[in-house]
Amino acid sequence: MSDIVLRDDIPEVLQPDQEGAGRSVRTVEIDSHSLNFGPQHPSAHGVLRLVLEMDGEVVARAVPHIGLLHRGTEKLIEYKTYMKALPYFDRLDYVSPMCEEQAFALATEKLLGIDIPERAKWIRVMFAEITRVLNHLLNITSFGLDAGALTPALWGYEEREKLLEFYEAASGARFHANYFRPGGVARDLPAGLEDRIAAWAEDFPRFIDDLEAMLTGNRIWKQRTVGIGVFTSEQALAWGFSGPCLRASGVPWDLRRSQPYDNYHKVEFNVPVARNGDCYDRYLVRVAEMRESVRIIQQSLRAIEPGPVKIQDNKISPPSRREMKRSMEALIHHFKLFTEGYHVPPGATYTAVESPKGEFGVYLVADGSNRPYRCKIRPTGFAHLQAMDELSRRHMLADAVAIIGSLDLVFGEIDR
Amino acid sequence: MADAAIPPGASGFSPADASAVQAGRLGALAFRLGTRVPHIQSAGVEKGELVVRTHRDRLIPLMIMLRDDPAFAFEQLMDLCGVDFPERAERFDVVYNLLSVTRNQRCRVIVTTDESAPVPSVYEIWPVATWWERECYDLFGVLFSGQPDMRRILTDNGFEGHPLRKDFPLTGYTEVRYDVDRRQVVYEPVKLVQDFRNFDFVSPWEGMMTLPGDEKAHETRQGIVAHPGQPRR
Repeated sequence: MSDIVLRDDIPEVLQPDQEGAGRSVRTVEIDSHSLNFGPQHPSAHGVLRLVLEMDGEVVARAVPHIGLLHRGTEKLIEYKTYMKALPYFDRLDYVSPMCEEQAFALATEKLLGIDIPERAKWIRVMFAEITRVLNHLLNITSFGLDAGALTPALWGYEEREKLLEFYEAASGARFHANYFRPGGVARDLPAGLEDRIAAWAEDFPRFIDDLEAMLTGNRIWKQRTVGIGVFTSEQALAWGFSGPCLRASGVPWDLRRSQPYDNYHKVEFNVPVARNGDCYDRYLVRVAEMRESVRIIQQSLRAIEPGPVKIQDNKISPPSRREMKRSMEALIHHFKLFTEGYHVPPGATYTAVESPKGEFGVYLVADGSNRPYRCKIRPTGFAHLQAMDELSRRHMLADAVAIIGSLDLVFGEIDR
Repeated sequence: MADAAIPPGASGFSPADASAVQAGRLGALAFRLGTRVPHIQSAGVEKGELVVRTHRDRLIPLMIMLRDDPAFAFEQLMDLCGVDFPERAERFDVVYNLLSVTRNQRCRVIVTTDESAPVPSVYEIWPVATWWERECYDLFGVLFSGQPDMRRILTDNGFEGHPLRKDFPLTGYTEVRYDVDRRQVVYEPVKLVQDFRNFDFVSPWEGMMTLPGDEKAHETRQGIVAHPGQPRR
């Protein structure tokens, strides 16, 4: 802002420490103050430190400071075998763990040149969509909480709990699943889980209706979000937006449709696109995506057939415990896999998936050894957060909170 | 049989089909880049992905062309990252992953650099590049000329070194803890209770063509001995 006067802007003769006769000292009043938003603010969605230069109650400039949750994931992965690198992906975007795993699993499979069994593909599609619902439920409801709506958050957590039970039944863990492995999935679904998921998918659209009844037409909600943080499609493309944030700005782009992976080319779904690019549209796109996810889950349940869930090559996927008790070869394979791991042929690939937040990519460089030479993780929120300054300029302070909520930021992913 | 399972509304355009079509299209783009555009070191399709290598001084005109030429139309810079190869003269690769949402294609542009030679910044072409370049500078120490905001981004305040370089130890040099007596966070040199162990699980016989004591059988297998009857010297 032009109101801000820096020390350098003051002519030398007027500098306060300049002494001398005939020089008048003038005090310059600066009508701006900076505000530290976070890193312990509940609406900062984690450890975002946002330095806001305020002009009264209007945001003149927003400078995000990140890195408070940096754990050196990429460096750690370089010291782990491919199999041991996978669990790090759960801990990146801890709200949508399986979609992150999928990116790494697909990248490794591409370098290995393997194709996974059909059942594993359907399980991946189904759980990736469950993950999408998990993520959107948390985002929409906590976004509501940021804008003052408490009830959706309470309802949403109950619904998330049901989905986390599916996670637990399939993988053994509620969050850090380590379920999608290169070569398939870790283990088959337990008996009866498909029926439970089908029953849930039957009920869930009614929950979305309830959620929408709370928010979509709500006057306060619309006052807080409509016309706030508007991004045109040109801006969204230039700032590297992807996923719901890009679609809210009117770009019909979904990797599941345009660059399908696993079995997304066999399911029927719509790609919701909005026009205005404001916070309300980002919310609407996510709600519509949840409905589409339920459709995909139902189609996966219909299409899923018994069969192997990982490739039958014991050089890549471990043999079953039962087999290990009887076969010496299986025992050796198991031992070799969990110590040495498998060697990935030299090459590089950039593989991206449509994670609930947008494009989540892995740039994997293999040198032929059993460890990744370089594994660059392309976090989605990194690009979104960078546009914070552009998005929140000349908005009120309370709108900055709404914008952060609508961008769906998770710092495990941004800081890596 | 697989086609019968595809519902009418689904795209039905399998990843295999997509990659076959893409390979043809990307091959044409690679040919065009390699023949018509000056100063391209190499352009080709590697593992189904378009990879272009150029010199860093020629980067900006190439990137502007890739964004603005309707045949390429890479509107988005999805990712920018460094890769360290310490044994090379110019040890760093700077990798740009581009995406075109209108033409549904991706491209990877690679330039090399070392610790001191700056790579021209692309933030004026894609504003999103600022943070990616800051990250690359922070983790690798790659310099970007023309970038007005060349601060560290991910590492701690006052951090020294560039952690993703291959010669930077995994444990780092300093560790941090809360000192109860001094009531503040203190930085100390890393003290490991036991030495850092970097296990090498690679089997000694992996990749070894000839097992010890098995030289003769190996030579026969490889056809090194032309006439088995003939005595070797």
